Amino acid sequence: MAQNLTRRSFLARTAAIGCSAAASPLLTPVSFAAGPWDNRLVVIILRGGLDGLDAVRPWGDPEFALARPRLAKDHNGAHDLNGFYGMNPALAPLMPLWQAGELGFAHAVSQPYREKRSHFDGQDLLEAGIPTLKDGIKDGWLNRMLQDIPGVRADTAFSIGSENMLLAQGAAPVSSWSPDVDVTMSAQGVRLLELTMKTDPALAEAMAQALVLADSDGDGVVPDGSDDDMMAMMQSNMKPQNARKSHLRIADFAAAQLVADTRIVSFSLGGWDTHANQTARIKGPLSNLADVLLRLKEGCGQSVWARTTVVAMTEFGRTVRENGTKGTDHGTGGVMIMAGGALRGGQVFGQWPGLAEADLYDRRDLMPLDDVRRYAAWAIRSSFGLDRARLENHIFPGIELGDDPNMLL
Amino acid sequence: MAFDPIRAEIRFGYGLSPEISPPSSVAEMLSGVSGPDKMADAFPVESMQFFSGKLTQQVELARALRKAKTEEESFEITETSQELRREFYVYRREFMAQSILRRTHSATAFRERLAAFWSDHFTVVGKNSFYKALVDTYSEDAIRPNLSGRFEDMLIAVVTHPMMLLYLDQRQSVGPNSLLAEKRGKGRGLNENLAREVLELHTLGVDGPYSQTDVRELAELFTGLDYRQDKGFHFARGKTEPGPETVLGKVYGQEKGRLKDILAVLRDLARHPVTARHISSKLVMHFVSDDPDPSLVDRLTAAYLDTDGDLSALYATLLEAPQAWDAPLANMKPPQDFIISSLRALAVPAETFAGLNARDMRRLVTAPLQKMGQPWNEPLGPDGWPEEDGVWISPQGMAARLQWAMFAPGALLGVEPDPREFVVNALGADAPADITFAAGAAENRREGVAVVLMSPTFQRR
Repeated sequence: MAQNLTRRSFLARTAAIGCSAAASPLLTPVSFAAGPWDNRLVVIILRGGLDGLDAVRPWGDPEFALARPRLAKDHNGAHDLNGFYGMNPALAPLMPLWQAGELGFAHAVSQPYREKRSHFDGQDLLEAGIPTLKDGIKDGWLNRMLQDIPGVRADTAFSIGSENMLLAQGAAPVSSWSPDVDVTMSAQGVRLLELTMKTDPALAEAMAQALVLADSDGDGVVPDGSDDDMMAMMQSNMKPQNARKSHLRIADFAAAQLVADTRIVSFSLGGWDTHANQTARIKGPLSNLADVLLRLKEGCGQSVWARTTVVAMTEFGRTVRENGTKGTDHGTGGVMIMAGGALRGGQVFGQWPGLAEADLYDRRDLMPLDDVRRYAAWAIRSSFGLDRARLENHIFPGIELGDDPNMLL
Repeated sequence: MAFDPIRAEIRFGYGLSPEISPPSSVAEMLSGVSGPDKMADAFPVESMQFFSGKLTQQVELARALRKAKTEEESFEITETSQELRREFYVYRREFMAQSILRRTHSATAFRERLAAFWSDHFTVVGKNSFYKALVDTYSEDAIRPNLSGRFEDMLIAVVTHPMMLLYLDQRQSVGPNSLLAEKRGKGRGLNENLAREVLELHTLGVDGPYSQTDVRELAELFTGLDYRQDKGFHFARGKTEPGPETVLGKVYGQEKGRLKDILAVLRDLARHPVTARHISSKLVMHFVSDDPDPSLVDRLTAAYLDTDGDLSALYATLLEAPQAWDAPLANMKPPQDFIISSLRALAVPAETFAGLNARDMRRLVTAPLQKMGQPWNEPLGPDGWPEEDGVWISPQGMAARLQWAMFAPGALLGVEPDPREFVVNALGADAPADITFAAGAAENRREGVAVVLMSPTFQRR
């Protein structure tokens, strides 16, 4: 791709691409093999500590309603999953996915992180995929899974969004892009940029790719209208309220990459730290998550979605009992959310530990009965066929893969 | 080539400004580092000690919340706690603005570059919204006063600063045979994080001559380094591991843990020849080239060892070496420095920048920095921001820079400067012909200014 891009001028490239350029031939050169794998994996980090007990509610456990008199008062049988669990109403749009076997969960899971319950340490560990911070952090597990794989290219994996994600950092090449970066410039401006960068191939190349990507994820770089239109576009580019829809832009961009040569995408969704008024505050983040999954499916189209597995994981769950401010505090066990056409969905994986006080972790948190990294590892193994030993020693050091949970079709 | 005023400002400072004359000699650059700290006076940042009352209050509130009996009580405490948090958000924004203003308006910009360099060498990151606001106070307390002294004094200031003790978990470290561990054994033990990073990042470097045993022994020696919200740094005897400990073959301490043994090992580590080379090489990489000239690194290492790590001598050796001036301007400005050198070239008045409200600061500074890949004070790990130029030359980074270059100058100044003048302000009278042409050929001021800011000559140094 690098070669193809530098040979043509910035302008020819950007002008050639229309608004719906997701599958533009410039982004998907046919002269290379399309990466090492055919299946797709989407990793979503849910930052802030998703309350698994509120997202996927264990109605079948009589202790649940007792522990949460206010958070669990709307039980009316709606959104029932399997007679024991029911979804939070905000996830209702995902019911068709559940029914089609394209949505699943693993409950009472967590990473090995315990005791301190700090967001920052918890997220670092989750993304590093290691059991303890004592020996420092070198890279993220998503990057490690790409290391030493023949045929991995810069666009095999994409880290999407304006955050630097530890998950994707490391020795293997991973592209990053934030669809919130919108560039607007006149044709003349683009031509002058090209002129001044001619002497600096590295900058020119990065700029050229930037213009192609910016053109492909929404408004074109070079507007058709007057200078006033351009000013308006630029101002809207910088408007903070654009951030409100940024999860959808991320999903659309992710789907476009998965349809092309990319096999792995990762991004994060926030807003889960619901210490107070949880019923109201968790609604937005859950609907965002539902929207993202639906947009991914729509954007991927049937054939790509059929090969796609999505895993969404968080740094820790939250306390079983609601607190004094109608919320929950940092806990331990929680839920992992899975989706995709490749998923053997329609089921909740894992054992249920119970919610009686003696069954809780530290007498306060949902007892984790399984390592969330084990499910991520099986998603990788079933999608890409990586070695058991490599997963257990290198990608997620210290896990035991155990028996195949048969998550994927 | 030797000293050149334009190059001095670009390579060793934050770029040219139409309102600030570049230094006229190496001597002036050096006295700028050790002389009165005018920028700290003009744009003050508090010491961490200033916050001891507020931090103590925060801990008390958290404790009270856990003990709260009624819903009203919890609600009230949560509200107070939120108010305090908001106060810290404001400090965080103000300190960021002050730090940027210093770098934008300094006539001794080499000093500001060094302050940033050392703050990054000794990276700390705040682990919650309170301590995130205090990262700049750490630089103020531990880095800035030690810029032109000995490396060991800066090392000691850093290793005993609360922000470092919090960031690298030293505060949680308890000697396995300490009094505290005997009293309440469960769940407490040694934490090697700070000891490891002191050896791997701060002094010897990752390829240095130390083993896991050295890390462990140093961690045992470090026990007792602690922090209290009300007092600041605090040596907690109850946490100390009974000694002695052997680090790099030398025995430190005795039965009782003492602070002076910790200071002694830090001094020895600071004066180690491998530390001298590690620091010299990093300084040359940062200021001159990713691929440092070995003879230049040798010269700096020798100066370091001759003076027991006198940083002024190190800077003088660097600035007096022709290689430091000859090497092509190839280092990529990281996003912060891209924005700051743009503010300098645009001569954005201090009052304008200081007067930005929260929303403007977000859309003109914090959000763009994040998109460019360098969120303010939040590198991913204790190794700080990468020195490698390639990291900053990504499509995402370039797009975010272009987006900023097209929008921010107009938003800050109302009207962008005439690009034909701006090209001289930003790049000097010898600006390359193609950039001068492009500035004049742009179809409006906005694009002319953006083309100059995006030019390789402006983005590299």
